[in-house]
Amino acid sequence: MDNKRRKFLKMAGATVLAGIGAPAVVKLTSVPALASGSEQAAAGHGSGHGEEQRTGIRLGMVIDMRKFYGNEELLNQAIAACHAVHNVPEIPGRKSEIKWIWKTGFANAFVAQSQNLRSETVKNSQFPVLCNHCDNPSCVKVCPTKATFVNEKNGIVAMDYHRCIGCRFCMAACPFGARSFNWQDPRPFIKTYNPDFPSRMRGVVEKCNFCAERLALGLEPACVEACQGTGAMVFGDLNDPQSEVRKVLSEEFTIQRNAAAGTRPSVFYIV
Amino acid sequence: MIEKTLKGKPAYWIWLAILGTFIAIGWACYFRQYVFGLGLTGMSRDVSWGLYISQFTFLVGVAAGGLMLVLPYYIHNYKAFGRITILGEFLAISALVMCLMFIMADLGQPLRGLNVIFHPTPQSMLFWDMCVLWGYLLLNVLCGWVILTAERKQVPPPKWIYFFVAISIPFAVSIHTVTAMLYCGLPGRHFWLSAIIAPRFLASAFAAGPSLILLACLVMRKYAHFDAGKEAIQKMTTIIMYAVIINTFFFLLEFFVGYYSEVPGHIHSLEYLFFGLEHDGHVYNNLVPFMWTAALFNFTGLGILAYMKIAKVFDYRLVGTAATLIFLALWADKGLGFVFAGFVPNPLEEVTEYIPTLNELGITLGIWATGFFLLTLLYKIAVGIEHEVEA
Ligand code: SF4
Ligand code: SF4
Ligand code: SF4
Repeated sequence: MDNKRRKFLKMAGATVLAGIGAPAVVKLTSVPALASGSEQAAAGHGSGHGEEQRTGIRLGMVIDMRKFYGNEELLNQAIAACHAVHNVPEIPGRKSEIKWIWKTGFANAFVAQSQNLRSETVKNSQFPVLCNHCDNPSCVKVCPTKATFVNEKNGIVAMDYHRCIGCRFCMAACPFGARSFNWQDPRPFIKTYNPDFPSRMRGVVEKCNFCAERLALGLEPACVEACQGTGAMVFGDLNDPQSEVRKVLSEEFTIQRNAAAGTRPSVFYIV
Repeated sequence: MIEKTLKGKPAYWIWLAILGTFIAIGWACYFRQYVFGLGLTGMSRDVSWGLYISQFTFLVGVAAGGLMLVLPYYIHNYKAFGRITILGEFLAISALVMCLMFIMADLGQPLRGLNVIFHPTPQSMLFWDMCVLWGYLLLNVLCGWVILTAERKQVPPPKWIYFFVAISIPFAVSIHTVTAMLYCGLPGRHFWLSAIIAPRFLASAFAAGPSLILLACLVMRKYAHFDAGKEAIQKMTTIIMYAVIINTFFFLLEFFVGYYSEVPGHIHSLEYLFFGLEHDGHVYNNLVPFMWTAALFNFTGLGILAYMKIAKVFDYRLVGTAATLIFLALWADKGLGFVFAGFVPNPLEEVTEYIPTLNELGITLGIWATGFFLLTLLYKIAVGIEHEVEA
């Protein structure tokens, strides 16, 4: 664990301070050249085979559902951890709710996958969903003010709450429903205020930020930390062949949510 | 010219007073929304755009529809439209003012609206929409004013203005095309992700805009001694009829694609609009009555227009009924169904229905009233000058 943690911190530090100690070796993940041999590149479909993907650091996540099956408590902990550190308000009701990471059924998380005759485990389990920090994010493309943008140093799809005009174009554009809007002042609904992270004002959009503020301090994302020791959530640089997350990806069969939308999600699931 | 708005019959002042009341209510509602936030509307995390954006979308079409008068007159030299092209230009101005107000009403942080200019982002269609909307607004103000001034002085308009009239034509097409592109370029919103959206928007715009002008002509014929002329009215009904036929055809193509291919994403929203979408044992159908009424109005209006052409009859009451029915049908199609149904179901295939709140309706009516207030003043000026020239 200790060893693992140190490895992670090295990666995270490099991520944030890119340029100081950024990993020298950067490889594309799924371009045909790398996926050659047995696998044929699908023509323009799915998770972006044959398409140009970003180079440089691209942070991503693998969610190992096997660790969450029958352990919804773990999932609740991860959600609570995220919402606590980020001052995510608890607004009752579906209408105005704000959520960065939440749980939902398989059919809701993976709308494009077959929904008939699923295994009992999958049918009865809850899946965590969050912003996918897409490699080709449609939310960024549509934003008229660059209030949502890709941080070129690490691939995080970030937000500037002070620039956002609240047009909600990004909410219409995100094919994952990952974004929430502050329909009212969220502050009265924050349970315990974390002074280390800014709360938002009404009239702006927000979502998971891959814990950029924690990475800057050399910490893991809060949800990942909440699952520490279980391996349920693995975080790291998808473009670094040595990273832990890449190791998992090369060993396990994973799927992405709604890959057909072409946004190239950076969150993968082992189902 | 402004002085023309200061004299009128009691009916004129009563009409303005009614609109003024709605405007005041609108501002009061907006004040409440400004203080509390957009939570005072019926919009939600799932249906994140509501009446404001749908009215905006519809009114961009109304603005673009004026093209159907400008184009025949200036490009094809169709003289019968000589008296009414100015009405098309002034309608565009009022409609665009409403559009801009609806956008402002919809922003979560209206004071930051200028960020769109401070941080211009050409990859966002909203940036281009802002450019073409403002461009078209300024073009119409310029052309309308210069041409009307020339008419008043009874001299031909200066030659240079025709340059601006000419570029206003592609601009009219562009405002509605770019507005369609706000929707049809979004992955994961199947109802909008269709290449026929822009053509459909244009077709419905070319029916909705002229319908409103036609109605205004009928009102002014009765109350303001302004006769657009039978030939012009007849021509307009022909334009409206073909535009409605094309729009209906495009819409039916969407049905074919959805229900023949049976790709779920292409069916869901149509199902929600016309038959009710079943989800977890509950049927969501709050738009169904509106859509069927719209369909009925659409075909009845079309039937009346076709009857008048085939039987070669002309009756102002029939024209008025047909234009009203068609305008309302197109409003329900684009001003309600198109935007709301795009959010049903949401990307996680959950269903949330949208029902506007009273406060939201107050703001919406207030903005419509502002538009009609402006339209009334502009038409008063236009008609006043007509009369002055004739006298
Ligand atoms: S999941 Fe949605 S919000 Fe997150 S990056 Fe992708 S498109 Fe943007
Ligand atoms: S709501 Fe904010 S972040 Fe989203 S598109 Fe508009 S300005 Fe950009
Ligand atoms: S990565 Fe950070 S912000 Fe995103 S869901 Fe996890 S804890 Fe929340």
